[in-house]
Amino acid sequence: MLQQITYKVLLSSFILIMSLLVAMYSTLIERKVAGWFQDRHGPNRAGPWGLLQPLADGIKLFFKEEFMPNAADKFLYILGPSLTMFIALLTSAVIPWGPDLVINGQSVPLQVADINIGILYIFAIVSIGVYGIMIGGWASNNKYALLGAVRASSQMISYELAMSLSIITIVMMTGSLSMREIVAQQQGFHWNILYQPLGFLIFLICAFAETNRSPFDLPECETELVGGYHTEYSSMKLGFYLFAEYINMFISGAVMATLFLGGYHFPFIDRLGLSPNAFALVSFMVLFSKITFFGFIYMWIRWTLPRFRYDQLMKLGWKSLIPLAILNVVITGIVILLNK
Amino acid sequence: MFTQYIFYFLTVMALFSAVMVLVSKKPIHSVLFLTLTFFAIAGHYVLLNAQFLAVVHVIVYAGAIMVLFLFTVMLLNLNKDERSPKPLWVKIMAIMAGAMLLLTLIGVFRGYDIKTVNDPLTTQIGLVKELGRILYHDYLIPFELSSVLFLTAMVGAVLLGKKEQINK
Repeated sequence: MLQQITYKVLLSSFILIMSLLVAMYSTLIERKVAGWFQDRHGPNRAGPWGLLQPLADGIKLFFKEEFMPNAADKFLYILGPSLTMFIALLTSAVIPWGPDLVINGQSVPLQVADINIGILYIFAIVSIGVYGIMIGGWASNNKYALLGAVRASSQMISYELAMSLSIITIVMMTGSLSMREIVAQQQGFHWNILYQPLGFLIFLICAFAETNRSPFDLPECETELVGGYHTEYSSMKLGFYLFAEYINMFISGAVMATLFLGGYHFPFIDRLGLSPNAFALVSFMVLFSKITFFGFIYMWIRWTLPRFRYDQLMKLGWKSLIPLAILNVVITGIVILLNK
Repeated sequence: MFTQYIFYFLTVMALFSAVMVLVSKKPIHSVLFLTLTFFAIAGHYVLLNAQFLAVVHVIVYAGAIMVLFLFTVMLLNLNKDERSPKPLWVKIMAIMAGAMLLLTLIGVFRGYDIKTVNDPLTTQIGLVKELGRILYHDYLIPFELSSVLFLTAMVGAVLLGKKEQINK
């Protein structure tokens, strides 16, 4: 019992540190990718290839002036960014990071919590993710911040619907709500993306909207709203908001890889003949490279597509994605019924 | 042992934040405290081994309904000064209505003898498999009817929204 708890604590701290590190270096990669797309170098002054740039950014954020607007609601003003960061880090608990490790003859699952409703847990976290932004935007007592917060909430509510509808097809196919079970059924090359290409596309678009990434970064649309919901934030509180976005990118990449790209599975997985622990390590690296691939897609699209107008965003969400997702559910239902 | 402490913690949290919903001066604070109450209740569901109910509770109440509440309150930007003081007869009516509700609730619960839940870990009712079986097997018609009811409400809301636009 004690041993198991130790493993869980170790695993969750490892995942925590990994998400923070990945988020930290995503900022550098984002700027490098931007530089590459725009035919310039990107940050290259701090350390070799700019590798120390995230550290320099972090130090800069910590030493910036801590500013509190005069008419702000003090408690909620601080709660906003803290909540955003907290909620961003919660999702990783149900993601299976690899097959079981074997330590001292005992198998240790590489998943913090195997609850039988893993997918719904992710939905719950996604749906409360908007609170941090709304609370922060309102507590700043600034109309631009408030407008950003209101935009964020309506955008997230609209895209959550299509997102959950696209997931329902996966649940219908798998017959389980547990992430572990969903990954187990995609063994080898039976990836869900091959059976649910439309569902994957809808989920991908919604994930962009839920993480507030371009082309759906309306809440922080700087040409109209100064800085959106974080207009009044400075120092590390602003840093938390920006940082949480990168953590969300990483985690949503992990969720997409788990649900649609087979999680840690890869073709010819059983022909390698590795020992269980080496096998787990390879599988983890495979999952990680899938997540990196999604991270690159996020950046690629950000530097390729212009931002949507607000009414276009709502139109896309309600009039295209939701009907398509419902159609997808109906088709999947019919196919499952016919194949019975 | 440990679960008992969690139970007390959640109960205190639920009651405290429920009181704070009424006491808070700013509407936004009331909404946030109500959200906290919902989270405490979701925690109670987990203690009763009803994880599915707990998560659905969080998704529906905390994730959707309360976000819409917060949205509306923010958009209206209600402030303490802008609210006109209520006349005395409204206050008296409100107290009487509340007292009548309390009496009714007491009357209802007096009839029940309080049963202790045997062992929450052995009851499977809150888990998704059992709940789904009961909903789609024993209570299929009420379940479907309530979904039609929701659909009607949605269509009605859309219609009301449309009408306003035409009149403009």
